[in-house]
Amino acid sequence: MTEDIIVHGVEWTVKELFVYPNEFIYWSIQIVMYPYMTGLVAGAFVLSSLYHVFGQKDLKEIAQFSLVFSLALLPVAALPLLLHLQQPARALEPLLTPHFTSAIAAFGIVFTAYGLIVLSEIWFVYREYFVAQVQALRGTGGFWNALRRVVYGALTIGAHDVGDEALRVDHKAAKILAAVGIPVACFLHGYAGFIFGSVKANALWMSPLMPVIFIMSAVVSGIALCMLTYIVIMEWQAFRERRKGGAVEAGEIKGAETEIITKAARYLLGFLVAAISLELLDLIFRGYTAMKSWDILRSVMYGKDFMNIFVLQYTLGNLVPFVLLILPGRTMKRTVLALLLVLFGVFMMRWNVVIGGQAFSLSFSGYMHYEIPIIPHSLETFKEGLFGALTVIAAPFVFFWIINKFVPSLRRDLKGS
Amino acid sequence: MSCSRRAFLKDAVGGTLASVLPLSAFAFLSTEEAKAAIAGSKVRWAFLVDTIKCIGCGMCVTACKNENEIPFDAPVTRTWVERYVVTKDGEVHVDSPLGGRDGFTDNKIRDEEFAPEDITKAFFVPKLCNQCDNPACVQVCPVGATYQTHDGVVLIDREWCIGCGYCIMACPYGVRFFHPELRVADKCNFCYHRITKGLQPACVQSCAFGARRLANLEDPDDPVTKIITTERVAVLKDEYGTKPHVFYLGLDANVR
Repeated sequence: MTEDIIVHGVEWTVKELFVYPNEFIYWSIQIVMYPYMTGLVAGAFVLSSLYHVFGQKDLKEIAQFSLVFSLALLPVAALPLLLHLQQPARALEPLLTPHFTSAIAAFGIVFTAYGLIVLSEIWFVYREYFVAQVQALRGTGGFWNALRRVVYGALTIGAHDVGDEALRVDHKAAKILAAVGIPVACFLHGYAGFIFGSVKANALWMSPLMPVIFIMSAVVSGIALCMLTYIVIMEWQAFRERRKGGAVEAGEIKGAETEIITKAARYLLGFLVAAISLELLDLIFRGYTAMKSWDILRSVMYGKDFMNIFVLQYTLGNLVPFVLLILPGRTMKRTVLALLLVLFGVFMMRWNVVIGGQAFSLSFSGYMHYEIPIIPHSLETFKEGLFGALTVIAAPFVFFWIINKFVPSLRRDLKGS
Repeated sequence: MSCSRRAFLKDAVGGTLASVLPLSAFAFLSTEEAKAAIAGSKVRWAFLVDTIKCIGCGMCVTACKNENEIPFDAPVTRTWVERYVVTKDGEVHVDSPLGGRDGFTDNKIRDEEFAPEDITKAFFVPKLCNQCDNPACVQVCPVGATYQTHDGVVLIDREWCIGCGYCIMACPYGVRFFHPELRVADKCNFCYHRITKGLQPACVQSCAFGARRLANLEDPDDPVTKIITTERVAVLKDEYGTKPHVFYLGLDANVR
C-alpha cells in the first residue's frame, strides 16, 4: 500500500463535543449540488410540459426554451455524483450490477429513461426545423455550412417527410412524451429526496415528506432558472435591436417578455407556497412529536444553523421573493431580484438538508461543522470545494450555448433563420 | 423505405436490449440452489462485550489497526473505546481520543477535569461493527459491493465499491469510514480472515481482561453463547430495527 493517506472528510470537518471517531462530513458540496441540479432539470421539464400537455398556451414561448434548457442541464445532474465518488472509474457499476434495494441503484435507469424522453421529445418538436435546414443548406459552400449540413442531416435520422400528416404525428408524439415525462421527471427528483428521506440513521433526513418536498422545491427552482435565463436572453435581444435602431422591434420583444414572465410567475408562486407549506409541516411535526433526536435537532436548527435555515433559506430565499413577486407594480428588475433569491433559497434548502443532516453526531452528543475548501490544494479539495461547485454551476450554460447553436430554443430565432 | 427503417429500428432496439443484459444474470442461483450451497453451515458469528471488565487500555484498537492495515495515525478505526464520565449534576461527558488507541491516561475530557467526589460513575465502552441481521448498509449499497455472508458477517468487496458513501450514511453506529489508502468503504468484520480459520479476532486476542469475546450463536455449547443466551445482555440502538449482533454486559443507559 503505497498510496497517499487521505482521510476523506478531515480537511473540512470540525468536530465539537463527542463525535464517533469515524464520523466526518462525508457528503459535502457536490451532494448539495446533485439534488440542486437534478431539481433544475426536473423543474425546467415540468415548465415545458405545462404547455405541451396541459395546453397552457400562454407558456408557449418559454416552454420550448425550457425543454432545450432541460437537455443542457441533464448531463450536469450526473456530474456532481461523478465528482463525489471516491472511485470515479467505477461509475458505471450501478448500471452493470444494480442492487435494487438501494435508492441510488435506480439512478442510472431513471436518468437514462428521462434523457431518452427529453431527447426524443426535442427531436419530434424540431424535426420540421431540421429538415428545413438541410434543404436550405443544400448547395451552399464553406466549411461551416458543410458541417451544419452534416449535423442537421444526421439529426433528421433520415426522416424527411414534412407533410401535414407527418407533422401531426410529430405533435402528437411530442405531447405523449411530455405527458410521460412529467411523472418520470418527478420520479427522477422524488427519488433524490428518497435517497435522503429513507436514511433511518439520520434524524434530520428520515421523513416520508422528503421526496414531495424535493419535487416541489425542484419545480420552483426549475421555473425560476428558466424565467431568469429567458429574461437575460430577451433583454439582450432587445438591447441588440435597439442598437441597430429598431426601437419598434425592441419594444415588441419587451412586450412579449413581460407577458410571459407574468404568467410564469403565477406558476412559480403556486409551487413556492406548496414547497414552504410542506417544509413547515415537517418542522412543526418534528417539534410536536419531540422524539429522542429532537433535542439535538432543535439545537442545530434554532441554534447553530439558525442563520442558514431561518434567515437565509426561509426569509431571504422564500419570504422576500414571495413578497417581491406578489406586490403590485412589479418591474423586470424586481422580478430578476426575486428569481435570484428564489434560486438562492432552494440552494440553501439543499445545503441545510445535506450539510445540516451531518451537523450533528449519530451519538446525539456532538456537532460537526463543514468548512468548505475555498482555495484548492489537491484534487480532493477542488472537487469537494467551492471551485468544484462553480464548475458544476457553469457547465449547463456552456452546454446550452452549444446546443442552442443547432437547436434554437427561442421561436424568434427559429423564424429568423 | 419507411418500412425497412422501421424494421431496422426494431432490430436495433432489440439488439441494444440484448447487449445490455448482463451475462451475470445467467449465473443467478435459484433459492433452493442458494440454500443448498450454505446448508450444513452451523455458524452465526456474534460478539460479547463485557463493559465491566474493560479498563480502556486501547490494546484492542492498536491490535485491530495493525492486523487490518488501517494507517496507524489516521483518525479512523474499525474499533474504538469510549470513556463515559457521569457527574453529580447529571451531565454525561464522553470522549474517545484517537479511538482510545493510546489508552486513557489523562483525567481530562476536552480540557475539563472532574474532581473524584463529583463523579457518580465512570466506565469504558468498546465499539465495533454490530454485524446486523438486517444491515442498513447492505440495503443501501447501489452496486452490491457490501454483502452479508451466510455466517452473519457483513463484508465489503474492495474491488467493486464505488466509494459513494451511502453505506457510511446509513449505518446508525458510525462504524464505517473510507479507507485512507484504498479509497473504498471499510469497517470491522470480526477479523473474518482469522475467525474462518479458527483463530480469534485481533481485538479479542489482545484483550488481557476478557472484555471482548467472540461467539457462535449456532453452537449451544459455546461458552460465550451460553452467556448471551442465559444472562441479561443488551444491544446498541435497537430502535433502528437493524438487529445488531454485538451484545453488551453491563450496558449503561447513558451509552449512545
